[in-house]
Amino acid sequence: MTIFGVPLPALFGQLLLGLVNGSFYAVLSLGLAIIFGLLNVINFAHGAQFMIGAFIAWIGLTEFGMNYWAALIVSPLLVGVLGVLIERLMLRRLYQMDHLYGLLLTFGLALIAEGVFRNYYGVSGESYEVPEQLQGGVNLGFMFMPLYRAWVVVAALTVCVAAWFAIERTRLGATLRAATQRQDLVQALGINVPVLMTLTYATGAALAAFAGVLSAPMVQVNPLMGSHLIIVVFAVVVIGGMGSILGSIVTGVGLGLVEALTKVYYGQASSVVIFLIMAIVLLVRPAGLFGRTA
Amino acid sequence: MFVALVVVGVVAPFLVYPTFLMKVLCFALFASAFNLLLGFAGLLSFGHAAFFAASAYVCGYFCKTLGATPEVGILAGTALAAVLGALFGLLAIRRSGIYFAMITLALAQLVYFVELELPFTGGEDGLQGIPRGRLLGLIDLSNNLTMYFFVLAIFLAGFWLIHRTIHSPFGQVLKAIRENEPRAISLGYAVDRYKLLAFVISATLSGLAGATKSIVFQLASLTDAHWHMSGEVVLMTLLGGLGTVLGPSAGALTIVGLENLLADKVGPWITVIMGGIFVLCVLLFRRGIVGELGALRLTRRIGA
Repeated sequence: MTIFGVPLPALFGQLLLGLVNGSFYAVLSLGLAIIFGLLNVINFAHGAQFMIGAFIAWIGLTEFGMNYWAALIVSPLLVGVLGVLIERLMLRRLYQMDHLYGLLLTFGLALIAEGVFRNYYGVSGESYEVPEQLQGGVNLGFMFMPLYRAWVVVAALTVCVAAWFAIERTRLGATLRAATQRQDLVQALGINVPVLMTLTYATGAALAAFAGVLSAPMVQVNPLMGSHLIIVVFAVVVIGGMGSILGSIVTGVGLGLVEALTKVYYGQASSVVIFLIMAIVLLVRPAGLFGRTA
Repeated sequence: MFVALVVVGVVAPFLVYPTFLMKVLCFALFASAFNLLLGFAGLLSFGHAAFFAASAYVCGYFCKTLGATPEVGILAGTALAAVLGALFGLLAIRRSGIYFAMITLALAQLVYFVELELPFTGGEDGLQGIPRGRLLGLIDLSNNLTMYFFVLAIFLAGFWLIHRTIHSPFGQVLKAIRENEPRAISLGYAVDRYKLLAFVISATLSGLAGATKSIVFQLASLTDAHWHMSGEVVLMTLLGGLGTVLGPSAGALTIVGLENLLADKVGPWITVIMGGIFVLCVLLFRRGIVGELGALRLTRRIGA
């Protein structure tokens, strides 16, 4: 059975891939949105943190025999610590200035990270095996679903929902949202805002690393994996608007699906379709689909 | 200042390798055009590589496939860059600050992928073997020295244009917009139009630089469109001095010179060094080379 000329298993296979990509877009744009919301800094190093997360998992496996499940916890922790260092030592000095300097700083850091890893590991990529519990797949009748892909979608979306819940429904989240709007008042109320900012940046970085570990068994772990992804995530963020957490998640997943559909029906446009959508959204709704004009 | 530049420019090729100088001049023009947007209008565009590359490809196409003379190719490339600048500008001006940067970045990626797919660009290989040609059908440009003077003339023309733009009422309004946009709006200036015009001028001159570069090196490749190139021009401007007239050129000279010096010594660590310079500049050296020198002169004059 075919839909518009594409057989059903192929279509659903691509859609699953789109869902997977979309979940990554969602997690990464969530991290960016959280960091931007409080610190007003676009974390260009997000892609690099994604890449470092994946590499820690790979190095952990090959050098220390650390298995996938441990990596899922260790990698975000390590990258989170790195994030703390970056924020305290460098980013903090730039808050008083034009926000573009934060972007430039993180850009420089991304270049450094990419360069260092590229020197040691080259660009060809290293392979990371799917953990045994998640190998193989399930035949659903209309398509064959690899278990690992399903796991990735579930894990990523769970993290997204958990983050959304933490921000919108808990007291810590309320503090965070308040600090985003009026930093001075919140600080006057006795909340340690600088520590909050450090932790926010670290959490964003950790989210990126988590996504990195998730992606390791699916793609070749290579130093450039972050930079390819980060630009698309930027476009996702522009389309979704940085106003709401839910917006980032929905936009991310939605765009992943759109990209997959484009790949099936008009392959050549698949790498540009997200940017085209961005151009259209900018014409029609400059604040983004879910954004609030600042 | 112009006289000094011309003198240095005329004498330089006899002291330093001309092709290196040509590369510096192309990037100096590119960085100066970028500085018009960032240093004077206060708009950080992360996608200027798109204009640089698109122009390079079109110029190469005109010269190689259509057999045009170099100046026609350069004009064609520059014209395309202007059109592209207008299109991108119209989309990007709608947001400001960080969003503007991200939009320009994403649009530049669009150009990158389009260039990857289009058949005439040669994809990953790039457009190679672009002929130096005969300028106006008369002057053979394959001689490096002749080509150098042609590039020097183009650079001086572009630089003069930027200089005139900066030191004009238009330039003053741009500075006003950079300093306090709401105030400029309340004073009655059509701020969006000014920004768009600045964007188009900046894009056009970047295109001029790109087209020239494609003839100098006889190559237009995907690296020209990659966002690393956009980042590099930001670095040149930042290092040289945002908002100064000579800063970007100084920055271009430094970066291209560094790349040249270190290429065989440290090889792949170049990216790391660039990133390191970026980080240091942003943290400690925001005024850039020319900026710091200017500040030094000022303190000395005041006697502080």
